[in-house]
Amino acid sequence: MRGASGVAGKTLYDKIWDAHAVAERDDGMTLLYIDRHLLHEVTSPQAFEGLELAGRQPWRLDANLATPDHNLPTTNRAAGIGGIEDEIARTQVIALDDNCRRFGIRQFEMTDPRQGIVHVVGPEQGATLPGMTIVCGDSHTSTHGAFAALAQGIGTSDVEHVLATQCLAQRKAGNMRVTATGQLARGVTSKDLILAIIRQIGTAGATGHTIEFGGSAVRALSMEARMTLCNMSIEAGGRAGMVAVDDTTIEYLRGRPFAPSGEMLEQAEAHWRGLVSDPDAEFDRAADLDASSLSPQVSWGTSPELVLGIDEAVPSPEAFDEPARRELCERALAYMDLAPGTPIRDVALDRVFIGSCTNARIEDLRAAADVAKGRRVASSIREALVVPGSGLVKRQAEAEGLDAVFREAGFEWRDAGCSMCLAMNDDRLYPGERCASTSNRNFEGRQGHLGRTHLVSPAMAAAAAVNGRFADVREYL
Amino acid sequence: MQAFDTHMGLVAPLDRANVDTDQIIPKQFLKSIRRTGFGDNLFDAWRFRDEGDMTKTANEREINRDFVLNEPRYQGASVLVTRTNFGCGSSREHAVWALLEYGFRCIIAPSFADIFSGNSLQNGLLLVTLPDEVVGQLIERAQTVPGFSLTVDLPNQTIAGDGFAAPFDIEPERKRLLAEGLDEIAQTLRYADAIRAFEETHRQRMPWVFAGPD
Repeated sequence: MRGASGVAGKTLYDKIWDAHAVAERDDGMTLLYIDRHLLHEVTSPQAFEGLELAGRQPWRLDANLATPDHNLPTTNRAAGIGGIEDEIARTQVIALDDNCRRFGIRQFEMTDPRQGIVHVVGPEQGATLPGMTIVCGDSHTSTHGAFAALAQGIGTSDVEHVLATQCLAQRKAGNMRVTATGQLARGVTSKDLILAIIRQIGTAGATGHTIEFGGSAVRALSMEARMTLCNMSIEAGGRAGMVAVDDTTIEYLRGRPFAPSGEMLEQAEAHWRGLVSDPDAEFDRAADLDASSLSPQVSWGTSPELVLGIDEAVPSPEAFDEPARRELCERALAYMDLAPGTPIRDVALDRVFIGSCTNARIEDLRAAADVAKGRRVASSIREALVVPGSGLVKRQAEAEGLDAVFREAGFEWRDAGCSMCLAMNDDRLYPGERCASTSNRNFEGRQGHLGRTHLVSPAMAAAAAVNGRFADVREYL
Repeated sequence: MQAFDTHMGLVAPLDRANVDTDQIIPKQFLKSIRRTGFGDNLFDAWRFRDEGDMTKTANEREINRDFVLNEPRYQGASVLVTRTNFGCGSSREHAVWALLEYGFRCIIAPSFADIFSGNSLQNGLLLVTLPDEVVGQLIERAQTVPGFSLTVDLPNQTIAGDGFAAPFDIEPERKRLLAEGLDEIAQTLRYADAIRAFEETHRQRMPWVFAGPD
């Protein structure tokens, strides 16, 4: 579609890109100005070392916000650094402390109540704002796109580049629109929606593109639910994922520490309201799905595109036309120890993990607690962990009595961190164990060597914990 | 970073799609605060039968003889041919460091994930994108022709070896960065005045970006 001028309108991505393009380098790369840079302990030490070796200083200190998350144990937080038993992990957390102090970067250290998973902390603090360019040395930076921000995961060389220059040298990605029409049914969440989207478009479905999620089902989502949706854009291959600004966005931001207030908020709001794609904007790719027809989803394989509705059965390789997908299916069946034709409801679990940057916010914990309340974790489950996304989420959950609900049901109530999403700390699967997990990746070994991961929503994880096998959470509401 | 000109090397086939960075370098090795020491743990869960950690050396490990890179004929390989969406998942640049340290200089596949692609560029690892069927032929040759090697010529954008030849496309800006092995930060800092000027205007237009909690 083109307007009367004959020039197509701009997408949300176009608008943010244009508002941050500093210059085109003579090698053809665009320098994109970065408003916010989030740091954690795993992907930053080599970047700080590079800065130091080159004698460079951070370009703009107040753009940066750091917190340790990947390596932290989720027990005995009060013990601080000394409580990290793994010496190598401890060294990495200490390195972040040292680097932040030396360069003057603001950090929520491990015993600060504001510490948490970096993608939970940014929005919670209002450090994530609409229209911003945001980067972090972590692929799930796409989470922040829920605020109509252009949020991208980067590698360590780019972390150093952003520290030194406040810019990212990039080529612009394409525009992709994903539209979810209708409304999600009760008990079906944005986690189920994004799993269904990835099933439909594949793990490379958005490669080279920035996704804008829209449609009535997306507009109806809370900010936290939108964060879950954008979080897994990377699992669809997207450079970033985003949702346009509306009242929900602006209401969420009021009163947060880093967000503007008073007159500056009014000025900001006037700008933020324009952070929507023009009606005549053109997209290079598009996908649509009907959210009303979705049931709760469960991943069955070792790629986030291998997903089933709760009433479906594990497929057989013959169900896939392309040889590459058939082979993917065969490998996944073997690794996951599943037979074709097995109803996903019949699959029994060993562990349950409720946490991660995908699903560890207060609404996620409330949804899981609603199912857990008055029930017991099945005796066949070895361990069911609840790991809040930040110290402040933990505090809020405790104020609401959710910790008691979980404990009484037999769940473990832990301290904030990435935990068993990627098992860099002690929370992990052991060989052959099968887990219902609210995290984002079901890759081989992701949650522990030879561990088997099934991705689900928090409510579905809680239902699996009490049932011992997957269950339709709608029967528990 | 190391400049890339022309490279000739033995080709190893990895006939799998969607190889993610968790497979390229598993999480337990990301605890290092250094840029080196990752090569021994490339594809760790596939190359070894036991679970590795940062304290185990390669000769303490139980080698998986069934994994393609452990076959004697692929020792010393520096060109990896693999399937679509290579490098998907986590943004860990450690994946690129591990591939380079193991000895790979060039990866050939039908497609690569975005962040992995950017990380490769920053470190001088050449990614060559070729159509599915061409990659299929290369994998077959690497599996059937003993010592199958390729010459990867970046200036002329061709790969050739054993009667096989194919041109490849690469974006001019990527080609230049790889060919010259430039320090990216130094390149950007040549535009420091432009960045400062932009920043001033940006501060006027969006002051809330620069405001903090204090």
